[in-house]
Amino acid sequence: MDLFSSLGLGFSVALDPFNVFYCFVGVLLGTLVGVLPGIGPTATIAMLLPITFSLNPETALIMLAGIYYGAQYGGSTTAILINLPGESSAAVTAIDGYQMARQGRAGPALAAAALGSFFAGSVATFLLAAFAPPLARAALSFGSPEYFSLIVLGLLVSIALAHGSILKALAMIVLGLLLGMVGQDIYTGTPRFTFGLRELFGGLNFVALAVGVFGIAEILRNLENEREREVGVKAVKNLWLTRDDFRRIAAPVLRGTVIGSLLGILPGGGHILSAFASYSAEKRLSKHPEQFGKGAIEGVAGPESANNAAAQTSFIPLMTLGIPAHPVMALMIGAFILQGITPGPNVINEQPALFWGIIASMWVGNLLLVILNLPLVGLWVKMLSIPYRVLFPAIVLFACIGTLSINQNIFDIYAIAFFGLVGYLLIRFGCEPAPLLLGFVLGPLLEEHLRRAMIISRGDPMVFVERPISAALLALALAAVLIAVLPNIRRKRQEVFVEDD
Amino acid sequence: MAFSVSRNDVASGAIFVAFGAYFVLEATKYEFGTPFRMGPGFMPIVLGGILIVLGLAVAAKGFAHADTEEAVPWPWRGLVMVLGTIVFFAATIRGLGFIPVVLISGFVTALSSARNNPLSALAVSVGLCVLCYAIFVVGLGMIVPLFGPWLPL
Repeated sequence: MDLFSSLGLGFSVALDPFNVFYCFVGVLLGTLVGVLPGIGPTATIAMLLPITFSLNPETALIMLAGIYYGAQYGGSTTAILINLPGESSAAVTAIDGYQMARQGRAGPALAAAALGSFFAGSVATFLLAAFAPPLARAALSFGSPEYFSLIVLGLLVSIALAHGSILKALAMIVLGLLLGMVGQDIYTGTPRFTFGLRELFGGLNFVALAVGVFGIAEILRNLENEREREVGVKAVKNLWLTRDDFRRIAAPVLRGTVIGSLLGILPGGGHILSAFASYSAEKRLSKHPEQFGKGAIEGVAGPESANNAAAQTSFIPLMTLGIPAHPVMALMIGAFILQGITPGPNVINEQPALFWGIIASMWVGNLLLVILNLPLVGLWVKMLSIPYRVLFPAIVLFACIGTLSINQNIFDIYAIAFFGLVGYLLIRFGCEPAPLLLGFVLGPLLEEHLRRAMIISRGDPMVFVERPISAALLALALAAVLIAVLPNIRRKRQEVFVEDD
Repeated sequence: MAFSVSRNDVASGAIFVAFGAYFVLEATKYEFGTPFRMGPGFMPIVLGGILIVLGLAVAAKGFAHADTEEAVPWPWRGLVMVLGTIVFFAATIRGLGFIPVVLISGFVTALSSARNNPLSALAVSVGLCVLCYAIFVVGLGMIVPLFGPWLPL
């Protein structure tokens, strides 16, 4: 099947009125929840994951992908309007976006973000369609040693991107890996770390962990120091860009798309890196670098495009290798598994309608996003003025009811409370939660492939460096750690992160 | 010279050591195996050991410098009421049923914010109850008793 007939199949799935409707609902809900301050895409998807469970796989995943870019876009809106990024990738948008909003240019900032995202998303989706099939074919020749090395690479790249202490990020990954081992051992069936509870034999519930660490912990964090947010912008006017604005954003959007598409493929959180990379590239290339941080439209358009391009291309490792590039993709894996599909190189051959349907729906979704958001921006501004004291009880209840509705397992609710507490303590003490989640999802895969590789090699660990692809991946992983530890890059990382405070 | 310690680093280090120690101790009960055929205990012991070392390193670094920020007060009210509500929800949803549990949970969680008074908390919980009923029971067809067997209805 060539690319175009495949895409034709995809569009026949994606344009099915039923699927378009759910894509629309997903984009709408994603934006709606993503706009709420303090809730980033990860928490949004974790909360909305249960409601996709009753749908058939294509529709559920199309809706979920819609929720994802809706949430991402909603997060940028919040970042621009009230300087409260829901996730670190939106932190870059907040730097100049919020300044533009304060100068009364919220409209152009939002429009630049929307148009940049749409352009970048469309291009990156095309790249995904073009490169996923050959990569999936290549991935079929991956053996366990290659998978093991790739997972190690993904985990180590993710620490290079976490804020603050590298030691803490490493420890969070290892803790995540260990939590992933709870449940029956895959080879012998021995129940591990279950306290004898039958509910734990299948492992800890992923949604409960994600909701606890990202949702509940965040609420506790906000209750530490309660103050009402200020919505500086009461109404957004002048959504359209001037000709001058168009001229200023064209090149940043293009560069952002290239940077984002390339970095997004990296396992381990390329979308955050890409937003920062694009921002610093624009700042360096600009003729007026002094405007950055004071409301430069390039500083919104570039990172937003990069971020969105990376969001699309980060589906490549997921769909071809079954390896999540960042926590949101980890949730996507959770969704695939809930639907009884193992993500990986076989999806494209065994479920072509699903695979191409998701890809085609990304265009539909991105288009719906632009159509939906620019006119509805007034509604989002209103959403921002919902006081937190009304919002957080809703989040707590949605978390409990939603998690319960997945498996009808009471034990999962206790797990939310436990991970809410642990997550809160760790975040309070300066640890980032994202590496923990990534470790948790990759833990079982890591163990399975390590053990299988060792059996194949008859206990010889040299197998990981003797096979060329595996050796190259491990070398990249080592390079990622070295880069993160080297002093001048450390300093630079701090500079970038200081700016967004 | 004042003795400066980063309380955050020491505390997070301690959490890592505690988790690592638990996983290692528990994993010694499982078969360790050989590198050729790893048993169920192999990975947890290795990773737990790494976690202990990392935790110690984090804590050791904490003894070298002080926290840059003043510690924020603990949100005791929020911790007890939010986490308590979740546990309450889990313990009673089967027995009391959807509507009473959502009403009570919404009310108590809302009260954990100093900005809510009993009246506003009541309004929030009633509103949420209607919303959750509409979304989960009507919209998603979740099967859950509205009033549980513990209530004499």
